Amino acid sequence: MPEQAPNSRNKNFTEVNLGFTEELAKLEAERCLQCPKPKCVEGCPVGVQIKDFIKLVAEGDYLAAASKIKENNVLPAVCGRVCPQEEQCEARCVTGVKGESVAIGRLERFVADYERTTTGIRQAEIKTKTGKKVAIIGSGPAGLSCAGELVQLGHTVTVFEALHDIGGVLIYGIPEFRLPKEIVKAEVDALEALGVEFKTNSVIGFTDTIDELMTVEGYDAVFIGVGAGLPYFMNLPGENYNGVYSANEFLTRVNLMKAYKFPEFDTPVFDVKGKNVAVFGGGNTAMDAVRTSKRLGAANARIIYRRSEVEMPARIEEVHHAKEEGIEFVMLTNPLEFLGDEAGWLYGVKLQKMELGEPDASGRRRPVAIPGSEYVMPIDMAVIAIGNGSNPIIQKTTPDINFNKWGNITVEEATMKTSKKGVFAGGDIVTGGATVILAMGAGRKAATAIDEYLMENAVIQ
Amino acid sequence: MFKIVSAEFLAPEVKRFEIEAPKIAAKRKAGQFVIVRISSQGERIPLTIADSSVERGTITIIVQGIGKTTREINEHKAGEFFMDVVGPLGLPSHIENFGTAISIGGGVGTAIAFPTAKALKEAGNHTISIIGGKSKEYVILENELREICDEVYPTTDDGSYGYHGFVTGKLKDIIESGTKVDFVLAIGPIPMMKAVAEVTRPYGIKTVVSLNPVMVDGTGMCGGCRAVVGGQTVFVCVDGPEFDAHEVDFTLLMKRNNTYRSEEKSALDKHVCSLDKQFAEAINN
Repeated sequence: MPEQAPNSRNKNFTEVNLGFTEELAKLEAERCLQCPKPKCVEGCPVGVQIKDFIKLVAEGDYLAAASKIKENNVLPAVCGRVCPQEEQCEARCVTGVKGESVAIGRLERFVADYERTTTGIRQAEIKTKTGKKVAIIGSGPAGLSCAGELVQLGHTVTVFEALHDIGGVLIYGIPEFRLPKEIVKAEVDALEALGVEFKTNSVIGFTDTIDELMTVEGYDAVFIGVGAGLPYFMNLPGENYNGVYSANEFLTRVNLMKAYKFPEFDTPVFDVKGKNVAVFGGGNTAMDAVRTSKRLGAANARIIYRRSEVEMPARIEEVHHAKEEGIEFVMLTNPLEFLGDEAGWLYGVKLQKMELGEPDASGRRRPVAIPGSEYVMPIDMAVIAIGNGSNPIIQKTTPDINFNKWGNITVEEATMKTSKKGVFAGGDIVTGGATVILAMGAGRKAATAIDEYLMENAVIQ
Repeated sequence: MFKIVSAEFLAPEVKRFEIEAPKIAAKRKAGQFVIVRISSQGERIPLTIADSSVERGTITIIVQGIGKTTREINEHKAGEFFMDVVGPLGLPSHIENFGTAISIGGGVGTAIAFPTAKALKEAGNHTISIIGGKSKEYVILENELREICDEVYPTTDDGSYGYHGFVTGKLKDIIESGTKVDFVLAIGPIPMMKAVAEVTRPYGIKTVVSLNPVMVDGTGMCGGCRAVVGGQTVFVCVDGPEFDAHEVDFTLLMKRNNTYRSEEKSALDKHVCSLDKQFAEAINN
């Protein structure tokens, strides 16, 4: 796929990938073997009819292809950009056995972009109104996918969002250069046009409790998709020096609050121009943070990870893009302590080299410290990107929902039902930190179960 | 959009707003806060809810204009709107009948202490209020506090009104006069809260402070508001904002609050410049 050149894109926030042209898309679609029993669909958490939509692309009927995708996926332009297709649909593609898999993700993106930029996103059909009301808590991928499904089934859907803008991690977490915010907005607007109501500035648990939504506000069912949203720190000495951020804070300042446009926008972020930045972690969030810091002008932007590159959970494409942009990868290295001056400003980190030992519970080889290998790296900003715990607000305010010891909601796997009647949950608040598409899959699964629950009750009444 | 019902200055740069926010008014408890954002380019500013009226569906906030955004907030007038107001956030104050409770407010901290003082009185405490200000014009909410408290003592640094000296001087006087003090709430500038904690520590008086770190989302998502209390890192927005004063690392809080000082200053300078320019243009026209 055409991309911006590494050396210019690492200085701007516009999208890295430029997308297929019509010609390229058609050529790529023609590579699809149209398997009688397509494996790719099994790899898709929301079950997009991949074979069918690709056939329509090959035939040049891009709008029909868009409609086909939207039967199963309410955010195709988002998923075409941020899904880890190489581990899902594309990993199972038969053409991939001997050559390169069909670029399903890029085709999905092309089709969604084609529709948006030609006719605009066209509305799906909506079933007869059921008169049932559903409250969705959280407007991230799980909530949006659940809302999109339910509104098409004829239910009245309200999405409650704690922040001032809709999209959850799609707008505060994933950077503009990987997922332009106007694309998220277009897909959210399309849901609004379908009839989904969005209420920002609503912290459920505080502004309204779940009980109040169900008894006072008259919602017949509730879906909780609040995400993980409580950043882990490493509990190292010096972690509270000025200049040490959680990935959530750093990315929220830059993405949601647009600190990269300070002072046009009022929210500041630590000025890294010409400075040394270290990002701790090896996932997609770590890649987003380090590439963001490079774009903000960091002289040296480094990933520091305690295992080796093979064990890094980030998408291969993100690692590849990061390297092209001049990100330095410091592998098998673990931080021991942050160093700061009298005024409380970070100036360095004490690191220790590691080597790989026996496999651990995750099946990855456990990093073991090499004695005597400690050294100090001068840094001006650190970003901790080692994952998120679960936000305590719903747990504290809804005692009759069961949570596990990590603060994740426990659900029935097939239905996403929680221990509280009429309340369902999905996404990171159930699984812990995962991907956009897994959250969307959970939202979709819950929507089916919520529909069944509501319609069953409708018969009884 | 949230309509401003009334707006008035209580002291130089200190303005009181009554805002239509019926949901928050119905739910909020003493000690909780809201986050306000005034434009699509704006930052999110945490502000303690000073009071509310369920009947009118309003909340009251009191804002001290320090940086660009707080000054812009204070340029708003009755009848205008705030774009976003979200809350109530944070944990409510822990209220019980301690016996004798002293509520200390320094500057705009008096506004933050006000709802808790009211709740302490309603819980049956003998409630004493100490209101500190640089000079007389900075002593705020005296009449409002006199309506709810058993004793009210204004103090001024320059002696222009009430007790001449800091709030800690008056607090010491009360304790040393033999009054049995069971609970102290102190809200104001960090050095003041730190000094109050040191006054009450030797007496073992339970003392609570409300912390004011830098925040972004206010719901636990970013971790920017972390502070150290009793050796543990806490997120002030979801674990607080009120904490045991004898356990808080005030020095760290003070350092962390300086993180964006240069950005804040440049933003404010630009803002003041543009105001000067507008003023100059207005005169020339």
